[in-house]
Amino acid sequence: MRRNLWLRIGIVAAVIVGSLIYLYPPPFVRPLLYGHAATGKGGLLPQTINLGLDLQGGIHLVLGIDLDKAVEAQVERAASSVRASLEKRGVGVKRIERRGAAELVVELASAQAWSTAQTAAGELTAFEIKEPDQAAGRFVLAMRPKDISQLKELAVRQGLETIRNRVDQFGVAEPSIQQQGDNRILVQLPGVQDPERAKALIGKTALLEFKLIDEKVDPERAARESVPDGDELLYQKRVDRETKQERKVPYVVQKKTLLTGADLANARVSIDQNTSEPYVSVEFNSAGARAFGELTEANVNRRLAIVLDGNIHSAPVIRERIPSGQAQITGGFTSEEATDLAIVLRAGALPAPVQVLEERTVGPSLGADSIQRGIWSTLAAGAVVVLFMLIYYRVSGLIADLALGLNLLILLAAMAAFQATLTLPGIAGIVLTIGMAVDTNILIFERIREELRAGKTVRAAIDAGFSRAFKTVIDTHVTVLVSGLILFQFGTGPVKGFAVSLMIGIAASLFTAVFFTRLVFDLLYMGSRKHEALSI
Amino acid sequence: MIQLFHNPNYNFIGRRRWAYLLSIAFILVGLGSMAMKGGLRYGIDFSGGTLIQVRFEKPVPVERIRTALDGIKLGESVIQEFGDPREFILRLPLQNASVEEVTAQVRGALAKDATLGAPEVRRVEFVGPQVGRDLQLQAIYAVLVSMAGILLYIAFRFDVKGGVASVVAIIHDVLVCLAAMSLTDREMSLPVLAALLTIIGYSVNDTIVAYDRVRENRGKGGRRAEPFAQQINRAINETLSRTVLTALTVFFSTVVLYLFGGKVLEDLAFVLTVGVVTGTYSTIFIAGALVVEWTEWVEGKMRRPKKVIAKA
Repeated sequence: MRRNLWLRIGIVAAVIVGSLIYLYPPPFVRPLLYGHAATGKGGLLPQTINLGLDLQGGIHLVLGIDLDKAVEAQVERAASSVRASLEKRGVGVKRIERRGAAELVVELASAQAWSTAQTAAGELTAFEIKEPDQAAGRFVLAMRPKDISQLKELAVRQGLETIRNRVDQFGVAEPSIQQQGDNRILVQLPGVQDPERAKALIGKTALLEFKLIDEKVDPERAARESVPDGDELLYQKRVDRETKQERKVPYVVQKKTLLTGADLANARVSIDQNTSEPYVSVEFNSAGARAFGELTEANVNRRLAIVLDGNIHSAPVIRERIPSGQAQITGGFTSEEATDLAIVLRAGALPAPVQVLEERTVGPSLGADSIQRGIWSTLAAGAVVVLFMLIYYRVSGLIADLALGLNLLILLAAMAAFQATLTLPGIAGIVLTIGMAVDTNILIFERIREELRAGKTVRAAIDAGFSRAFKTVIDTHVTVLVSGLILFQFGTGPVKGFAVSLMIGIAASLFTAVFFTRLVFDLLYMGSRKHEALSI
Repeated sequence: MIQLFHNPNYNFIGRRRWAYLLSIAFILVGLGSMAMKGGLRYGIDFSGGTLIQVRFEKPVPVERIRTALDGIKLGESVIQEFGDPREFILRLPLQNASVEEVTAQVRGALAKDATLGAPEVRRVEFVGPQVGRDLQLQAIYAVLVSMAGILLYIAFRFDVKGGVASVVAIIHDVLVCLAAMSLTDREMSLPVLAALLTIIGYSVNDTIVAYDRVRENRGKGGRRAEPFAQQINRAINETLSRTVLTALTVFFSTVVLYLFGGKVLEDLAFVLTVGVVTGTYSTIFIAGALVVEWTEWVEGKMRRPKKVIAKA
């Protein structure tokens, strides 16, 4: 033991210096350790500790992507492409209808064009032909399971990408956007001041569609009775400026989507010179501009509905062909609404609607209170335990207290080094660690006392105490770590923080309560001088 | 030298029946209280729903908030003062409306009563039905897996008997914690689950210390003739100061956390505190006693067949 004394002192010194560097990095080391600037805003805590959303305030959102809707939308698109392809070949179509999420029932006007229809349908590679009934001129197109799962994967990836774009444009420092499970997206936005607005921005599907209004039908009557085949009933929300009453105006539009937001090149906010109302002007890419030009040319004097997420925003009359590929979306926006709409249009639509499955929003003032309380309870618990050890074990207790201090230092430094997140339950984990870290010393000290009572010399008692207690110490550490690991696996956000600080603290106590304490005992009692008594 | 116990020699194992009675009585009282209250209360983490924490500019009576909220029909909402007479928690059951709409409705309703002053919304938590169900399943899974892990570890380090007895002691501790929660009207939330899992890992520690001692004493030999019950009792007594002292330091920490940690951590600290106390109790009175019970039962069974043969 004595031989390695200098080596052991060196290890302890290295750990202390290393911890301090990780917690308070000198300016020239900081970029090496943490890349860019660390994010902590703890005030009393070192800057290098990442604070959880419950401590610094912010939004934690779990969004579920409605993947069935994504499949449905894809199948609907396939329906119109089959229809177009059949019509191009001169095959009469009686009916094409979606059945369930992933199937299309196709009925031909007559069975004569059967083989042409089969060829046309075969062009859809993601679909297979089922239940062919040549006599009736009827068959089913079903999307292949492999293609469905591919589409779903793509939808999740696209959703992640879109939300990331929107958040980036909204301007949040250090956002975190991750996939969780098969169809969930976890969004964490620290320090957001206006959570409602951020949520609306992230959760909006933002599917922009251009559809023609069916002028032949009276919308009021269609709303009461029935909507003709190939048409649908959509509403425009109008808010009366004086009474603030919301009114829904029905429109009958053709189901067929002529153009979508996918063909947009840009979207920005402009102010109307006359009304000084903000609106969003959009610009199509070259393909979109061409399609928009053709569409406006073919439908002069008809009304074109601009539909966002199934709500009509405006339905202007097409005066003439618009070759420039520019359009305006008006509809009584506030300037904030217009800004956010421009952001979501630029970032693109979500592949399917999303739903908030879980939300945790903490205001910044509550977070600051929590930090204060957390720091005070850590200090108070530390004081009680330190005093207790000092009174009960005297000099040995003091050594255990030093070990406890070292433990907390390592715990915080490890959190900084691993870029782990400190949460409010994480602070509770630190407080609990204070109580548990000295347990190891108690086990060792009680053992030493026992050996002394059995008549051993001071040195022999210390030796026996450490070596005999060691196995027990390992056992007790393993059981706490087992539950810590399970908690970590299971936990979400804050609770994970509890598991993290508990596990690091417990693991560090092996070093501090055994290695470090032993070193101090050796330095004090293993010298050439003979010791008659041990202060324990 | 300060010493908690001087050569303790209490007859813990001899009085184990009383301990069983006490434990069963407390757990039954707890279960009774749960039954009367319609089961353990679940927080929104598990049941789903919306929680809104608001702070008013000045103290406000609960009834006024209730009246204000009665206007918007949001179902059985719970309104609780939260650590400060200005601060309240509103807990709303799952709605058909989205979180945004619910929050806006609550804001609107509170704003209508001008005397309340504009409250600051400090925290909004929403857990949808799917997430709540997932968390329930995961919670049960986590508790079972950690118990299984500990059972395996003890069975591997000591023996199956010790493993099973430890797990029964753990189940006892968890039941006592749940009983205490029901009696003090606390609800099951994620932090409380974290506390329970920690207790599962921690309360077995003292048991390990005691089992270790049994094995060590046996290794020394010499006392082979000593009955098993006495071996266990001696080990518990010899490790008694360790068991109590280690629990004491953790107890100090959790009590401090309960007193100063703030309202959000109160339930977590409460369960940890109860768990540390019952964990120590179960080490002294339950875990060892069950191994004795089992051993004596096996020994009894080994004797019994002879009797049967004799009768035949």
